Amino acid sequence: MQLITCPWCGDREEIEFHYGGQAHVAYPEDPYALDDEQWAQYVFFRDNPKGPFAERWVHAAGCRRWFNALRDTVTHEFLAVHRAGAERPSPTSTAKGQEATR
Amino acid sequence: MHQHASTPATPGGSAPVPPGADLPDHPDFLWRNPDPKRSYDVVIVGGGGHGLATAYYLARNHGITNVAVLEKGWLAGGNMARNTTIIRSNYLWDESSGIYEHSLKLWETLEEDLDYPILFSQRGVLNLAHTLQDIRDSKRRVYANQLNGIDAEWLEPDEVAKVCPIVNVSPDVRYPVLGATYQPRAGIAKHDYVAWGFARRADAYGIDLIQDCEVTGLDIVDGRVRGVRTTRGPIAAGKVALAAAGHSSVLAGMAGLRLPLQSHPLQALVSELLEPVHPTVVMSNAVHVYVSQAHKGELVMGAGIDSYNGYGQRGAFHILERQMAAALELFPVFARAHMLRTWAGIVDTTPDASPIVGLTPVADLYLNCGWGTGGFKATPGVGWCFAHTVATGEPHPYNAPFTLDRFTSGALVDEHGAAAVAH
Amino acid sequence: MNTPFRAPGHGRVDRGTTLSFTFDGIAHTGHPGDTLASALLADGVHHVAHGIRYGRPRGVLAAGAEEPNALVQIEFPFPEPMLTATTVELYEGLVARGLSGQGRLSGEPDTARYDTVHAHCDVLVVGAGPAGLAATLAAARTGARVVLVDELPEPGGSLLGSQEPLDGAPAMEWVGAVLAELAEHADVRVLRRTTAFGHYDDGLVLALEKRTDHLGAAAPAHVSRQRIWRIRSRQVVYATGAYERPIAFDNNDRPGIMLAGSARTYLNRFGVLPGTRAVVFTTNDSAYPAALELADAGVRIAAVADVREEVPEHWRSACAERGIAVRAGHVVTGTSGIERVTRAHVAPFGAGRLGERHGVDCDLLLVSGGWNPAVALFSQARGTLRYDAGIGAFVPAGAPGGVRTAGAAGGTFTLAGCLADGVAAAGQALSALGRTVPETALPVTGPLPHGAPARVLWRVPSPRDGREDQDGTLQFVDLQRDATVSDVLRATGAGLRSVEHVKRYTTIGTAHDQGRTSGVMTSGIVAEALGVDVAELGTTRFRPPAVPVSFAALAGRNRGELFDPVRVTALHPWHVEHGALFENVGQWKRPWYYPRAGETIEEAVQRECRAARTGVAMMDGSTLGKINVQGPDAGVLLDRLYTNLMSTLKVGRVRYGVMCGVDGMAIDDGTVIRVAEQEFLLTTTTGNAARVLEWMEEWLQTEWPGLRVHLTSVTEHWVTIPLVGPRSREVLALVAPDLDVSNDAFPFMSWQDTTVAGVAARVCRISFSGELAYEVNVPAWYGITVWEALHAAGDAFSITTYGTETMHVLRAEKAYPIIGQDTDGTVTPQDLGMSWVVSKKKPDFVGKRSFARAENLREDRKQLVGLLPADEHVLLPEGAQIIATSDIPAPPVPMLGHVTSSYRSDALRRTFALALVRSGTRRIGETLYVPLDGRTVPVTVTDPVLFDKEGARRDG
Repeated sequence: MQLITCPWCGDREEIEFHYGGQAHVAYPEDPYALDDEQWAQYVFFRDNPKGPFAERWVHAAGCRRWFNALRDTVTHEFLAVHRAGAERPSPTSTAKGQEATR
Repeated sequence: MHQHASTPATPGGSAPVPPGADLPDHPDFLWRNPDPKRSYDVVIVGGGGHGLATAYYLARNHGITNVAVLEKGWLAGGNMARNTTIIRSNYLWDESSGIYEHSLKLWETLEEDLDYPILFSQRGVLNLAHTLQDIRDSKRRVYANQLNGIDAEWLEPDEVAKVCPIVNVSPDVRYPVLGATYQPRAGIAKHDYVAWGFARRADAYGIDLIQDCEVTGLDIVDGRVRGVRTTRGPIAAGKVALAAAGHSSVLAGMAGLRLPLQSHPLQALVSELLEPVHPTVVMSNAVHVYVSQAHKGELVMGAGIDSYNGYGQRGAFHILERQMAAALELFPVFARAHMLRTWAGIVDTTPDASPIVGLTPVADLYLNCGWGTGGFKATPGVGWCFAHTVATGEPHPYNAPFTLDRFTSGALVDEHGAAAVAH
Repeated sequence: MNTPFRAPGHGRVDRGTTLSFTFDGIAHTGHPGDTLASALLADGVHHVAHGIRYGRPRGVLAAGAEEPNALVQIEFPFPEPMLTATTVELYEGLVARGLSGQGRLSGEPDTARYDTVHAHCDVLVVGAGPAGLAATLAAARTGARVVLVDELPEPGGSLLGSQEPLDGAPAMEWVGAVLAELAEHADVRVLRRTTAFGHYDDGLVLALEKRTDHLGAAAPAHVSRQRIWRIRSRQVVYATGAYERPIAFDNNDRPGIMLAGSARTYLNRFGVLPGTRAVVFTTNDSAYPAALELADAGVRIAAVADVREEVPEHWRSACAERGIAVRAGHVVTGTSGIERVTRAHVAPFGAGRLGERHGVDCDLLLVSGGWNPAVALFSQARGTLRYDAGIGAFVPAGAPGGVRTAGAAGGTFTLAGCLADGVAAAGQALSALGRTVPETALPVTGPLPHGAPARVLWRVPSPRDGREDQDGTLQFVDLQRDATVSDVLRATGAGLRSVEHVKRYTTIGTAHDQGRTSGVMTSGIVAEALGVDVAELGTTRFRPPAVPVSFAALAGRNRGELFDPVRVTALHPWHVEHGALFENVGQWKRPWYYPRAGETIEEAVQRECRAARTGVAMMDGSTLGKINVQGPDAGVLLDRLYTNLMSTLKVGRVRYGVMCGVDGMAIDDGTVIRVAEQEFLLTTTTGNAARVLEWMEEWLQTEWPGLRVHLTSVTEHWVTIPLVGPRSREVLALVAPDLDVSNDAFPFMSWQDTTVAGVAARVCRISFSGELAYEVNVPAWYGITVWEALHAAGDAFSITTYGTETMHVLRAEKAYPIIGQDTDGTVTPQDLGMSWVVSKKKPDFVGKRSFARAENLREDRKQLVGLLPADEHVLLPEGAQIIATSDIPAPPVPMLGHVTSSYRSDALRRTFALALVRSGTRRIGETLYVPLDGRTVPVTVTDPVLFDKEGARRDG
């Protein structure tokens, strides 16, 4: 069970959060301009990288806010978290150490 | 069937060996450890159950033996070594029950076919229902199974207790057991024995099983795959078949393919060896537990899937705690059993909880992935069908519905059941 | 009371108190402070169990958690399978027996309590040996929050089992002083009988505290028997010590063969002499203190066989002083004895060849093959290991952030070194936290004799080697799995190269002890067989739990009623009082039906339905999810999430809506009322309330953060009472005097705020039955008042309460679908015959684009239809499949669809069903067949609305 840093509430136990999959997948500007294959890409296809992954979480049992995170899917370590709409983090600029987040 | 060449003398004063506490021995020879050749007719990427079964059936059914199986670690060390070995075919949709029942029929003769004691035990599986909607969904599945020629029945709680007396069918629990579906032909097998049985026979056909050989790239020229690059050098291939379970997205990415897969940790655990107490297999989706008692006596249990993507073969502890609570709801007698070992695999899940098996947009590149939590039971069935697909260039009728294209057309095979919220 | 095997003046057991216990049916005694193993050894019992494959007698190899042999079943006070006798604290009345492989579960319910505690700390120290105590003390002195966990009842670790002095006094005096000082620190917690078993992400360490096991039947019922500690630590110091390693030689599994360090522990911690005449077989210096201390306590040491050619002078002369023969360059090649070792066969061993063997009589054979640092938890924490060829063990290499080892766990084996390492580890941990550790004075250790390097020896060649198939047949590697050197060699001979494969082929390392005594040895033997370096081969992966943990402890309090929260409405006590039976819907308890005396469910539901269709009935609808949507853009958000238009809804009006996933499949439905220009209140299905809220928030926050909308769950704020039936208007009028209930003043699909039974209420004119109906919503606190007032007012009309079953029948007669019952995630609103709820005007909404996919355009999609069985008494089972022919062809039988809902209708005076049928709409009027018990039931496909098609009843 991880300790996840909600950008609004701080460190909280993993059980308070729900996972939201890949981040930054925008709803298509004009769905009707897409053919079925392009639409299927939006509906069903998400990246599944081994390594850093920009993804969404929601602090479901807390502030109920969605936020974005950069997390390593191999170590499961959160490299960065940021509020929705904030500049996307890079793994180097905000690497999370045990101390950095407290 | 394989007797120890010699066993330690048992001095006097010894106790009887507990029944079932010992397993049949493995054969004295399993496989060569060849270096890769420069080229093969078929390269199978992934030396797990599916890759090994595919190799075996390529040779057995199609006479194709110039084949290499490439494994980045040790053979059958991924999900094949980490699953809870449940075998059943009682799936809802025709497409699913088709391939899983094909697989179950192969399981029924696999021990003879492989000449390996795979310990296939048809002890039946109970899928418990805990709500009125569970009952509807369960019965729907039973009726569909019966019309598809699959043994399935609906059991009332008292009948559940007859099949498995230790299930708590009392109404005084949080989610009482309201009944169950029962497939008597379902059961379990010993996973390593299955994998090694396929591996040994594939090896005997002259197929090269190459371990510690990680694929780092795919050579694709003019839309056609020509070979693979590996940590043990480049290997040319007439056809390449991907069977890498949790790592399928990574491999497909090397061919520029994007798959509708998400890889998640899935945990399981075993107890110490116990005297026989649990005669069948019990699954409960509502309270997230599935459990059987393996041949030597250990309780084998699967947990719920961890929510997030993960390649770490590790899951979170609260999932196990939750699972234990669920297990004790159903099986109060397990209270003082001990969790001895836990582990996690990487399951590749699809949006409709059904696999993807077949051709890809890249010529001569074939794909078998997306089995999620259901891969083990499909091992012989998908090996058979995937071998057919690779050998003939056309899907076998049983895997024909499981195309990548279904996500575009919308012709999904949605095995999520009644969970109508789609995310 | 004393026994021949208790050493006077040794040990920490309380000899003033005697405990009686029974083992294998024989009465024994021991003392507080004993383990079951030490008490048995004190009584001269060495044969305590049997091997699992060959049934050979097995004794006690070790003194702690690494024990592979002495497996026991507890029978009293409560059956518990497969514990190691070395970790069972003795208590009065204990009944146990030795096992041969399989434990037994009790059929009786375990009534003990189990619980879980969260703890947070700056530094967690695991292990209260010298390194752990030094680390804890150093950390405590900085004022840091420290937790120290130790598996034993008494801190001290290896100090409990040695005679090494500290500051010139018995080491336990120093331990006592440290504990006294730690007790002064408010932020230091010392947990005894607590074993760390799992290291998870972000410093989460799980530990199991055995709180009352040592009390036996006297354990107080109100105290939890075992407790899981979830310790969230910023820094972890693993001072977990090391496990001694045996050596493989012929018949190395006999009772009386014991690790040398463990024998020392039996002497010093328990005052037990594990034999009278011992042979010592070692590869390193650590066996000498054991030999000397046992000799001084009266054990005759018949010989020391040291595989090394050079034995340090210090040990050689100490042995000579005691008349102990040290045979350098010798090994033990095998043993004799059945129930107990009677002789060790000693032979010179040089240049890989055995010399002539001599038998040495003994009843105890002490073995030391070196020490393996206990790195399981460190490894779980993703610390990396490297093979140290000098000691033949895997030691920590790379430490992950926040985790480090101290003492023997890190490969430091001297007492002085462990103490210093503990302080150093604490210093590193604290400096990572920005604290500085003051200079910590360490106790002075005894003089360190000049030692010699250990020799790594996995296996002594067997005199039987080379005989056909005899290699290593009697040389046990994993005693618990009865796996031998021969098994390992068969595995490598079969083509196996990975230790993971060898483990699976032989089952080595898969038992209770997780290969503590067998793991590294296996790697060594495999490496030798394959001619590769152990470092290259590696070891198998360490996984939680480091020690077995009972299921019940893991489940903790989350059992029975606490397994999952029970949600009940404010009216629940009334339902209970009035005999309702309940249905679990999600976490909610919903009244299912209200049987009267002697009524079956069918009779009760018929009665309830009749009341709703002919008189008046009421139900508790409070579990419906309710979400308040406020803000200037509320209408915009709803337009994007519902398939129909919501922004055009007028204040005071109600509209039904459906939500789809992006794949176009219906995921929820419910009513939406416009409370004010910028405020809506929507309802969801009971089971989906939380998911729908999260779904809406997801879109709002991640896709359209510019929309000025706030969403609030108000499910539990309201009690919702549908009042249904032709007489409902009259009943409502009685309790809502301010409300003009006439159809003109209060038309269908509108709502009004008013007063009901004196309580401010919002009344909606909506209907889920087709009847004239009102939905009375009041703040939950007043729910029971209003419910009872309505019930009283309806008395004159024989008002009837009804539950979910009747609700389902009533709505099915009108073909109102239940999402999740009549749908399964593959059904669109159009499939449900609700094209009318899908807006043609809106340019887009979630799911719309998917309606244009090939699969959605098929003519033969499954559509919701009604089914009327030809025999109006036949009730189709829900879930039944539908086929085209009256005969059932051979499987696989083509199926056209399935029955989603099926009821006996009072209003229709017959049975009916709803079904999803391929091309269903086109098939209306056709006869199809439902296979049932080997025959088929003919059914007529109909329009799904079977009752009051014209909707004449809704206005009363």
